[in-house]
Amino acid sequence: MEISPWILFWASIFTSNILLTNFLGMCSYLSVSREVESSFGLGTAVFFVTTATTAINWVVYHLIIVPADIIYLQYIIFIIVIAAFVQLTEIIVERFSPVLYYSLGIFLPLITVNCAILGISLFMIIRDYSFIQSVTFGAGSGLGWLLAIMLLAGIRTRLKEKFIPTGLQGAGMSLLITGIMALAFIGFSGIVNVQ
Amino acid sequence: MTKKQIFINSAFTENSIWKQVLGICSSLAVTNLLLNSLVMGLGVIFAIGLASFTISLIRDYTPRSVRMMVQILIIAAYVIIVDIFLKAYYPAISKSLGPYVGLIITNCILMGRAEAFASKNPPIDSFIDGLGAGLGYTLVLLLIAFVRELMGQGTLFGMRVLGDWWVNWSIMVMAPSAFFLLAMLIWIINTKFYQKKQ
Repeated sequence: MEISPWILFWASIFTSNILLTNFLGMCSYLSVSREVESSFGLGTAVFFVTTATTAINWVVYHLIIVPADIIYLQYIIFIIVIAAFVQLTEIIVERFSPVLYYSLGIFLPLITVNCAILGISLFMIIRDYSFIQSVTFGAGSGLGWLLAIMLLAGIRTRLKEKFIPTGLQGAGMSLLITGIMALAFIGFSGIVNVQ
Repeated sequence: MTKKQIFINSAFTENSIWKQVLGICSSLAVTNLLLNSLVMGLGVIFAIGLASFTISLIRDYTPRSVRMMVQILIIAAYVIIVDIFLKAYYPAISKSLGPYVGLIITNCILMGRAEAFASKNPPIDSFIDGLGAGLGYTLVLLLIAFVRELMGQGTLFGMRVLGDWWVNWSIMVMAPSAFFLLAMLIWIINTKFYQKKQ
């Protein structure tokens, strides 16, 4: 079934959020979400990189990997594309906008090993999306991730002064909050249903 | 440290999931069924053990500046072996795991062990450390999957365990339950085992 890219975009932000329903990108999500500002920095970087790498990986997959019959190498090729793209962005941003580099640059190396980026590229292949669909899916998922990490960071700053049982401090509490957030996001699932 | 100490240390005392909260990216999504978790766990044990071994073998010849890239490529090579093996012999499982087998590559546990242990220690020790970390990871996956499958569908490994009186908890099939269960697991373990030492 052909899903309209517009629907796919909203669905990947709300109903099938990459983090809250597919559990991707958890590592950096839990460790960076202490401050709203740095979460925003990382989230924007993820949004930018997912949008661009899904587009590049789609082209690479359909024009190089499939014709050359090297599908078994797709993981390695995707990872190299992502790493190379991140490195390139870092160099360009550093050269042309030092201000942006200082706010965003430190997060870029973290992104190469963010599961969400590779995961989105793999989902795009498995679900057989067209080019436009892939780009909107990538952009939507990136925005969804940004939304999730901002929400968690906001809640965590509020919780700083509150009493939390010792065993639950840190990761445990973040996971509980994420669980409640995921529960709330299930409420969206009646709007558009896309797998 | 003896070999046994290394193993126990990386499997339990320094368990990546509950101590460092690493590697849950790809772990939670497969915990809706016990079988999926078991296969995923075995895949991770295989990949992490051999990847740690290989990384440690060439640790003296790897330039520091490109070592992350080298590590990722070594890990990716072993993950591809797991993926091809599953596709060839267990196509049904491979299909239900979807992209999550490929995502073992970016699982933070593998990079974490490679950085923290394999790049500084001899091959055999690294291999054991990898096996331990993989086993600890599998254990947590199985624990969560046990609760989710039992309460969500009344089955264990696809076999009916609970009778007709059992009403399935549909929340256990959905994503939030995995977050709650892992949070509870971390809470219990932290209070039971780690508080006394402080």
